[in-house]
Amino acid sequence: MTYDVAVIGAGVVGGMIARELSSYKLNLCILEKAHDVAMGASSANSAIVHAGFDAKEGSLKALLNVQGSEMMAKTCQELGVKYKNNGSLVIGFNEEDMETIRSLYTRGVTNGVKGLEILDSDALHALEPNVSKNATCALYAPTGSIVCPYELTIASVGNAMDNGASLLLDFAVSAIEEDADAFTLKAEDGRTVKAKYIINAAGLYADAIAEMVGDTSFQIHARRGEYVLLDKESGNLIKSTIFRTPSKMGKGILVSPTVDGNLITGPTSVDIGEKENKATTPDGLAHVMRETRENVDGVMYNQTITSFCGLRAVGSTGDFIINMPRDRFVNVAGIESPGLSSAPAIAKYVVELLKKAEMPLEKDPTFSPLRAPMHAFREAGIEEKNEIIKKDPAYGRIICRCETVTEGEILAAIRQNPKPRDLDGVKRRTRAQMGRCQGGFCSPYIVELLAQEMQVPYESVTKFGGDSYINVGKTKGVD
Amino acid sequence: MKQIDLVIVGGGPAGMSAAVAAYDNGIKNILILERDSHLGGILQQCIHNGFGLHRFGEELTGPEYAWRYEQQVYERNIPYLLNTMVLDISPEKVVTATNSEEGVFQIQAKAVILAMGCRERSKGALNIAGTRPSGIFSAGTAQKYVNLKGYMPGKNVVILGSGDIGLIMARRMTLEGAKVHAVCELMPYSGGLARNIEQCLNDFGIPLRLSHTVVEIHGKQRLEGVTIAKVDENRRPIPETREYIPCDTLLLSVGLIPENELSKTAGVPLDRVTSGAVVDQDRQTSVEGIFACGNVLHVHDLVDYVSEEAEIAGKSAVAYIQGITAERTDIPLSTDGKIRYTVPQRITQKKDVTVFFRVADVYRNVTIRVSDGDRVIYSKKKLKVAPGEMESITLRPDQFADAKALSFALEVK
Repeated sequence: MTYDVAVIGAGVVGGMIARELSSYKLNLCILEKAHDVAMGASSANSAIVHAGFDAKEGSLKALLNVQGSEMMAKTCQELGVKYKNNGSLVIGFNEEDMETIRSLYTRGVTNGVKGLEILDSDALHALEPNVSKNATCALYAPTGSIVCPYELTIASVGNAMDNGASLLLDFAVSAIEEDADAFTLKAEDGRTVKAKYIINAAGLYADAIAEMVGDTSFQIHARRGEYVLLDKESGNLIKSTIFRTPSKMGKGILVSPTVDGNLITGPTSVDIGEKENKATTPDGLAHVMRETRENVDGVMYNQTITSFCGLRAVGSTGDFIINMPRDRFVNVAGIESPGLSSAPAIAKYVVELLKKAEMPLEKDPTFSPLRAPMHAFREAGIEEKNEIIKKDPAYGRIICRCETVTEGEILAAIRQNPKPRDLDGVKRRTRAQMGRCQGGFCSPYIVELLAQEMQVPYESVTKFGGDSYINVGKTKGVD
Repeated sequence: MKQIDLVIVGGGPAGMSAAVAAYDNGIKNILILERDSHLGGILQQCIHNGFGLHRFGEELTGPEYAWRYEQQVYERNIPYLLNTMVLDISPEKVVTATNSEEGVFQIQAKAVILAMGCRERSKGALNIAGTRPSGIFSAGTAQKYVNLKGYMPGKNVVILGSGDIGLIMARRMTLEGAKVHAVCELMPYSGGLARNIEQCLNDFGIPLRLSHTVVEIHGKQRLEGVTIAKVDENRRPIPETREYIPCDTLLLSVGLIPENELSKTAGVPLDRVTSGAVVDQDRQTSVEGIFACGNVLHVHDLVDYVSEEAEIAGKSAVAYIQGITAERTDIPLSTDGKIRYTVPQRITQKKDVTVFFRVADVYRNVTIRVSDGDRVIYSKKKLKVAPGEMESITLRPDQFADAKALSFALEVK
């Protein structure tokens, strides 16, 4: 079979594009090299929907950020994804910062960002009493928001699948061949897929994919960003997302509540040569903690839940690289920040590109933009919960104590597109193992549920695929 | 709403012992709510022996110790619900819980005993640099895989932290055929029991690396190794002592945290040192009619003392429900730092009070001194005290009757 379109990469960009394309009468597939979707930058970023005052006037980043930010609330509502319009603040400490804030304001107005306001110290601290007393001014962006980025990715891929798209996991594209009317995409393990069109949303490896069809016009390098995530006890310290005024040293460390009520602090920003090194460093984590303490008072790092490192795909052009270097092949590359914020707009933009290139596109009347929310049970009232438990007693059994996730919710997640096949996949879909004990109590039960549902042996369940096994075998069976 | 005299949250050793004591002292309308599929709590996965020496004068395994109390619960027909998770406790003692049979339900209790136990500190809380592969487990999770599920988490093991569960798992993994390369302890002394160091490490030739920690984690998918380093007196790693140990498993035994999320919903004030409730001699919290005992109150070294403490809570809950009280007083207890904390933290009635405490470091030839201002009301000499072992003293009302406040101090020669 020949697909109409193959989307390479099941991150938030690939996911949103696939979802958009699934609203047309197309035969679609999504190819992902990892064991699950949202395994790259889409699960390790700041989870911010930027207002849009950062990107340079006239850039693709500026255009798509402002558009994407405006689309995000509706997109999240359709997909049942957690989203919160909490506003954002860029705080400054001196006259130099104030000047930068003024220019950000002007840039934001030019970019079309609504509601921007410059605040003095009193107004800033009235809004956010825990922002450092040393802060003297701030740029307030009421449209700044937060979202759950991996949920958005999972839901967009899932929605595309519900509308007919196929997802091929562990499919690392290693070569692309072409005949008259279709590409043949070869995976490292020997599988092949034929597709008329290719969307290259391969993140860090978008340059390698482009090169497979002879396009060497850009390069991607990895920019490391380390984060420290704190317990929900700390989530109420601030309401808005707090940025430091950008300087020659970069954008600085942000402090923000997450949609789940935790506090996220980070990222560092270090360009690295390799594309796989997601190790955190003592210096990086220390930097995050030090600068956070300068920006916000009362952050208690003894409430740390986890630390992690994400790799942003930075393009060589300084802007998003969205183009068609040749027929039937679209690059969607270098989607660094504000990539998450822009994702819904990027999807529309790509469809417009394809239309301009005269790809036959006909709306599919059976398309539904809606997906059942992953956290409906959690938010239900007592009576509603009891109705559900009566029908399915699994919803009365708590598996994850820290985040109160039930067996019913975990089983529903395991059965819903895109189906998770490992512990981390269940974690991203249900929050089980994401609380303060980090899976200490519940992971042995979740391994059991996964083994049962997938009908595989207990010891074959992994943390995130590949060699990330949990158990080596039965006791007294160790060689 | 269902009315119950005494609701006990947790059916582990603390909850069962409290229930039995309450029953034997005259309150029969009791309900134990247990989130797991069995009574006995974490004891069920502690298949090693060493439990019950103080309580029963013999060495029992964890499940055997639990069984002694389960029998007492069954003999008395004390009601309990399994697979039932308490979601909320209000200051008015309305308990909200959920299970598969009844869904989400509420109970109005006259008294509540908190007996939720504790959880292990996780890897995330340590902020160790490096990658995030599989193969990193808290010692208790590994214990669950090995002892209850029958699966081995790995073959080549490094253990960080010399808490008792870590020591026990060093032996357990060795017995199951794994190689334990080292137990690293950040402090210059172990936080575990002396007997466990002897029986779980020394007997098996497993090196205990004091003043060492794990500074980096390696491996993309499964753990491939850890870098350890010696730490200076400020617990900072010394770079030139870095040492790479190949391993596929890292077990963490780096501390236990009382599980007080529900206590917070009830408005119970917590002690910053114990992370458990502030209680009086009856183990009553600052919220009237809510009691706490066992590891949710403070982490114990031996389950025998958990049972003993839970009996106090059980009896006291009965006295509270029946309105019985000794002559009242209000004496706060304070500590000097060498003694880290006391339980109880205050005395509110004039009767015999057993005070439990832990020390901050290993000290030799010490005098434990309790004073009311300049007046010493109690003193006792000890050859050695250590952070891993709980100490206790008993005070009589005639000793503290007219005291304003009691300070607990350790004098080191």
